[in-house]
Amino acid sequence: MVAIPDATLHTWTTIAAVVVTATAGDILIARSMRSLDLDAIRERSGLGGAILAVVTTPTLILGIVCMALSFFSLLFALAGADLSLVAPATASLTFVSTAIAAKIFLKENVDRRRWLAALFVCAGVALLAR
Amino acid sequence: MSHRLPASRYLLLFCVMLGAAVGDALLGRGMHDIGPVSIHHLSSLFYALANPWVLSGIVVLIGFMASYMTALSWADLTFVLPATAFGNVVTALIGKLWLRESISPLRWLGICLIVVGVGFVANGPSRTEHAADLDERVA
Repeated sequence: MVAIPDATLHTWTTIAAVVVTATAGDILIARSMRSLDLDAIRERSGLGGAILAVVTTPTLILGIVCMALSFFSLLFALAGADLSLVAPATASLTFVSTAIAAKIFLKENVDRRRWLAALFVCAGVALLAR
Repeated sequence: MSHRLPASRYLLLFCVMLGAAVGDALLGRGMHDIGPVSIHHLSSLFYALANPWVLSGIVVLIGFMASYMTALSWADLTFVLPATAFGNVVTALIGKLWLRESISPLRWLGICLIVVGVGFVANGPSRTEHAADLDERVA
């Protein structure tokens, strides 16, 4: 078995932590927004009521906590590795993992067109962050 | 089946595309005025809130988050995400046009790939039709 240097293992573990928490955050926020019928709430209790309904949804709060964890994991990753590796790796991997998670957890129809888009965007972000 | 969205929804996706990039650029511009913040003097970050660039950046970012979450209430996550990725393109263009940064050929290639990716998704349906949704519509 090939031995992985500690620094590399540490870097990829923190990158994985950023990707997992960012994906969980996106999925939770999407699920919470889908569970609300915003148009109906706005008709019933106005814009203020809609904002209150959104910010008091437990799934949304959990999603925002995940996003905050992702942000701090990113800071932690940046403390130990170069931005030129961490930024493209986390952004691109989060794209693909979110597409997979959306298919599994949100039962979204990720057809060939969306897979292609995810791959194009993933490659594009990796090139842009160089 | 038609995949066209009402103009108001395209406008919202446009806000999602621009919001994060413009907000970040405004924050960057404001923090440039303020200069480096030492970890021992984090309280000086509160002074940053008095800077008009930083304040307008925060307002734009709140608008971005509101647009993003509203879009997620009627569209799939895999439909909205490429729109947020377009923000990277906007950031690169702001860097080029406003901050006079240079864009290498590889970055232009990256921009093209993201634009093509967004084009793929924008032509498709915005929301997965689940059996329950269809039953509701028939009823």
